[in-house]
Amino acid sequence: MSRLGLGAALLAALAAAVVLGVRFGAVDLTTGEVLAALAGGGPEWQRQIVVDLRLPRLLLGALVGGGLALAGATFQALLRNPLAEPYILGISGGASVGAVLVLALGLAGATSWALPLAALAGAILAIALVFRVATASGRTLDVRVLLLAGVVVAAFFSACVAFILSVSEARTVQGAVLWIMGSLAGASWSGVGVTAAYTLPAAGLLLTLARPLNLMAIGEETAHYLGADVEKVKRTALALAALLTAAGVAVAGVIGFVGLVVPHAIRLLVGSDHRALLPLSFLGGATFLVLSDIVAQVVLAPTQIPVGVITAFVGVPLFLVLLRRSLIP
Amino acid sequence: MRFTAQDLVVRYSGRGHAALEGVSMEVPDGSLYAVLGPNGSGKSTLLKALLGVLPVSAGAARVDGRDASAWPRRELARAVGVVPQAETIAFPLTVREMVAMGRYPWLGPVGAEGEKDRAAIARALEHCDVSDLAGRDVMTLSGGELQRVRIARALAQEPRALVLDEPTASLDIRHEMAILELLRSSADEGMTVLVVTHSLDLAARFADRMLLLADGRVTAEGPPATVMESAVLEAVYRWPLAVAPDPATGTPRVTPLRRSLPPGA
Repeated sequence: MSRLGLGAALLAALAAAVVLGVRFGAVDLTTGEVLAALAGGGPEWQRQIVVDLRLPRLLLGALVGGGLALAGATFQALLRNPLAEPYILGISGGASVGAVLVLALGLAGATSWALPLAALAGAILAIALVFRVATASGRTLDVRVLLLAGVVVAAFFSACVAFILSVSEARTVQGAVLWIMGSLAGASWSGVGVTAAYTLPAAGLLLTLARPLNLMAIGEETAHYLGADVEKVKRTALALAALLTAAGVAVAGVIGFVGLVVPHAIRLLVGSDHRALLPLSFLGGATFLVLSDIVAQVVLAPTQIPVGVITAFVGVPLFLVLLRRSLIP
Repeated sequence: MRFTAQDLVVRYSGRGHAALEGVSMEVPDGSLYAVLGPNGSGKSTLLKALLGVLPVSAGAARVDGRDASAWPRRELARAVGVVPQAETIAFPLTVREMVAMGRYPWLGPVGAEGEKDRAAIARALEHCDVSDLAGRDVMTLSGGELQRVRIARALAQEPRALVLDEPTASLDIRHEMAILELLRSSADEGMTVLVVTHSLDLAARFADRMLLLADGRVTAEGPPATVMESAVLEAVYRWPLAVAPDPATGTPRVTPLRRSLPPGA
């Protein structure tokens, strides 16, 4: 498939997904009611549903999904490991500890502003810890050590979460588990603003590193000989991908599979050139998460399924089909 | 381009003896220069020091009279194309994409590929006889094809010097000869070529000068005729050898002898 063709298809799909998401949700509204609400008419409660719940939720889904897929593609290139995903460095673990701690101590309910803040703090703590370990040996950042440190730090944080939950009340446990599974239900315009402020500049900067990331795929030594500033590229790209992940986890919890499956699917369709892979991953992740979230809201309405369940249910078979297709000559 | 080492000492941290112990050598401009020696004698270390990627403990490693580590990376990459010993490619990549990477030092992170770049890529593909493979995934290439593609990537850098670490290891006769012919003709056109190899005979046939390393020290240096002495080679490789002119080419040829037989038997 051509890169431009896929890009156009993904943009159209994202636009269609946004239209669908405005039209359908947990509450049944007619097309007329939705249009009236968008135009500023209709009953107050309908305007609230469309303008203050559905729209920010769609935009947040696009930002988080795009950010996670872009971060996943970056981690896969830097760690030279196709199994890498945004949470591989313990970022989800750190964020979970922050969120669960706040819930368990009764400092905040599931919708309070303190929750994303605590999750972000936990995520940044995890990143700092992993970076510190990986650079302890000397002046260069060893990605193998980084990977090991990430796995160990994630295991430690997961033990922390288990400990906090084991001494918490049942209500807290349920709230924490739902948060960990990931949801876009907490979306608000201010949340969209803050997430966009992190995500868009970080994504833009990462796109400028596409060509050096291509060189890294054939090895750090060769990238060096071809004139890339390998240490700077590694550090900058890792920090940006980590920031994208942390911003996503803070507002939406741990949504799995987007960061792993989307970059692979794009790679299977258009190849590994990061100049195409990175922007298309962002678009693909945005589309995929927005669509998954609509399904999560309507399939068992009024009960909402955690969106992470849908991303796995949809993403895994889709990925297997693509993988199978790529193996057939 | 000239590469020079002056009383060069390189020490790896945590190891007692130095990997290079006072090496002095000069690769003259426009020559094909071969570095030889037993495994672990410091050949690759010497290349890395001359390319400014290993810290120099004492002495100097210079490229065109300037400390190798003082060169800005991109400027050095425009002047010197490097084909390292081995690369593990993490993701699928076409031959053309691989060779186009050689344009990085000219384009930087965001520059767009122009007419000049496309011409350089096409020339490099042509020169290494891999134009037909341009659309192939590099992971599906044979060893000989991949090696030519990697050399094409270095040529696409349009460098004034090529540095290659064992470029013909594990290649068959045809591919080994094709690569050495390519390096020889590049040197004849004015390119400085610095190559590490294990093949004494071929180095003697193709190189202008040879450097023999043993335990991080220079044992012999000069034109092949002066380096290819059985006494010198036996001492370096610690194995009985015979050196005689090759009946077909007239260049010195090394024959390792069986240990049970006395030399000359």
